[in-house]
Amino acid sequence: MIGTGISVNSITARRRHPLARVAVVALALGLLGGGYALAAPNGSTADAAIASGKADDVAQGKSLFVAHCASCHGMNAEGTNKAPTLIGVGAAAVNFQVSSGRMPAADAGPQAPRKPRPEWATDQAVDQLAAYVQSLGGGPTVPSAEQVDPAKGDPAKGGELFRANCIQCHNFVGAGGALTYGKYAPPLNPATPTQIYEAMATGPQAMPVFNDSTITPEQKRDMIAYITHVRSQVDPGGSGLGRIGPVTEGLVAWVVGLSLLILASIWITAKKRRAA
Amino acid sequence: MNAPPKAITGVSTFVDDRIGAGNFLKRNLRKIFPDHWSFLLGEIALYSFVILLLTGTFLTFWFKPGMAETTYTGSYAPLYGVKMSEAYASALNISFDVRGGLLMRQIHHWAALLFVAGMTVHMLRVFFTGAYRKPRELNWIIGILLLSLALLEGLTGYSLPDDLLSGAGLRITEGVMLAIPIVGTYLQFFLFGGEYPGHDVISRFYSIHILLIPGILLALVSAHMILMWVQKHTQMPGKGRTEKNVVGAPFYPAFMIKAGAFFLFTFGVIALLGTFAQINPIWLFGPYTPADISAGSQPDWYMGFLEGALRLMPAWEINFLGHTVTFSVLIPALVPLGIVMTGLALYPFLEQWVTGDRREHHVADRPRNNPHRTAIGISGITFYGILWLLGANDEISANFHISLYTTTWFGRIAIFVGPAIAYWITYRMCIGLQRKDAEVLSHGVESGVIKRMPNGQYIEVHTPPAEDIAEHIRGKKEIPVLESAEDGEGIPPKGARSALGRLRAKMSEAYGTDHVPLTDGHHEEGHEGEHAGVGAGDRKELH
Repeated sequence: MIGTGISVNSITARRRHPLARVAVVALALGLLGGGYALAAPNGSTADAAIASGKADDVAQGKSLFVAHCASCHGMNAEGTNKAPTLIGVGAAAVNFQVSSGRMPAADAGPQAPRKPRPEWATDQAVDQLAAYVQSLGGGPTVPSAEQVDPAKGDPAKGGELFRANCIQCHNFVGAGGALTYGKYAPPLNPATPTQIYEAMATGPQAMPVFNDSTITPEQKRDMIAYITHVRSQVDPGGSGLGRIGPVTEGLVAWVVGLSLLILASIWITAKKRRAA
Repeated sequence: MNAPPKAITGVSTFVDDRIGAGNFLKRNLRKIFPDHWSFLLGEIALYSFVILLLTGTFLTFWFKPGMAETTYTGSYAPLYGVKMSEAYASALNISFDVRGGLLMRQIHHWAALLFVAGMTVHMLRVFFTGAYRKPRELNWIIGILLLSLALLEGLTGYSLPDDLLSGAGLRITEGVMLAIPIVGTYLQFFLFGGEYPGHDVISRFYSIHILLIPGILLALVSAHMILMWVQKHTQMPGKGRTEKNVVGAPFYPAFMIKAGAFFLFTFGVIALLGTFAQINPIWLFGPYTPADISAGSQPDWYMGFLEGALRLMPAWEINFLGHTVTFSVLIPALVPLGIVMTGLALYPFLEQWVTGDRREHHVADRPRNNPHRTAIGISGITFYGILWLLGANDEISANFHISLYTTTWFGRIAIFVGPAIAYWITYRMCIGLQRKDAEVLSHGVESGVIKRMPNGQYIEVHTPPAEDIAEHIRGKKEIPVLESAEDGEGIPPKGARSALGRLRAKMSEAYGTDHVPLTDGHHEEGHEGEHAGVGAGDRKELH
């Protein structure tokens, strides 16, 4: 170019640099994203944050999210090809997944198993994370202590609902069961009442959602009453054998019952009459 | 000798004068029974049956076989106020409000599992020792009938409490009935008295379970025992044991005491299980409604192989002249049962047809000495075992974290490959064990003494086997082979001319040919040179 001391050729050369295209796309995306973030309505985010906790919690939650969740769920919980978006899943889903140790997931499998929580996932951290995700797009909230109090539920009614809705996958008394393609319905014994409620409300992993119009909050509490009552029950008939029905019973009949009797028959016939 | 006290002679003379049982008892109380642990396996079933009759009677005092709806007001809180059938309510009542009721229910159920398990192992013992051979074929058939009836008895009993688990079993039973072409729907309406589940099936099953089948079982058990008594028990081969004698202890007192003790053992084990291991906790299952179904719905173990067959079967269904033929239910319901039960019932006759063996057998075979029979038996067990295992494939999948479809595909392949592999392995094992036997007879047993020869060679000194072991081994009996060789003019014998006849002759040759004939000691030429290093040769030097 005349007078600048930079030749046109050198500009052209830079334009044709292999990284030029990447730089342009990055610039354009940055402008677009930044512009959208500035222009997008922020009102609902603030309202939701206020509804589910303090605005501080949302900010704290966001930093926790960026540190522990964003690598799979995306920087803004928009989802990636590794994990779904979390916009609209609600605080209940976050509380369920993180408090039961399922999230952060350890590795990609058909289903994330329940495991001990990581150190950072304290109750407070879970609440903050939940507040952040709730602020993104609403969704089911964490139930109150009263909503999940087994003492306030009717176990008999809950039992009928449980048998009609849950045992297809979770087995008669929640011992868990197999599903297709390596998925499974986990045992219900380690789940807290809050987690049971949240699982019904959010339908984690392979589980369907039982929303409030399908099963009312009172009915959910009845079911929690039934589940916690039955699982804390001392088996009146002796060892419960895992409470999974005839499979372990048959195993015990053969391995314990029949083996003992065969040993007895060997012992009895080994006793010979002494020759007089 | 002291005369017996008057109290005894008086009563026994009174009875003997009127019934004349003295002679009968005199003859039969000294009946000789051979001693072998495996001969007691059938008694497990017999004593479990006695326990079943006693505990079952107790349960009938409180059980109400009705399907009328009632509201539960008993002491089990999580079901309080729930609507259910009378049958289920009364079963809960037995479990929670009748003193000793739960223990009786549990003993009854454990006894039922051991009843069928005892029958199964007893039947396997009879099969593998060839104790079903002439003259005992009819008693074998009675045994197969007993086993089939026991399965039906178990199925009806399992359904009675009308809980959600038994309802699932009943629903499958209904499905199987419906799958039967042409008559299926009629049969189903006949049994259930209308649409499923109706109001009749529990009371009908009750009559069948407590009256009809136990009556037939009792009659057949008696026939089974009388035939065994009359034909005498088979004995294992051994010293002084021939086809014409029975070596053992007399019924009274020796065998009676052993049998009595074994009854107490059986009762003890069943009572222990009934006390410490919970079985069929119907209160956890809840009342049956056709709308509900649970994961982990399994039948009791003896129906597990049918469950497995159903789970393995691909969903095959055709439409034939406007009728649906549901192979996906029909095949798993009928084919494995047919192969196992019909195969067992026919085996004595098939074996006779193949071997042409019309002799009487009172000395049992050691399983190794009839390798093809043993291999057939083991492949049958493998076939049954794979189906049985796959009947629990959801529990296997859930507890061992194996994908459910993986277990299904494993089963679909293993059900064909497994029995074949089992056949081959068993056959080779039998031949190997026979070789070991032959070696023990011809070379003796290893003494553990190592000897150095003058030329520096080391050998282990072998000693002749103990007499009872040698006699046990020598009890091996040849399996007859049909005559199929051509005569001098190139004409095969009459039976071997048709295609079937040729097949029969071929099978007979394969089945009966003894690959490891027993030789006593070192009579064969050239034998010593071959084996001098390990035994026979040096024994001479020891002498």
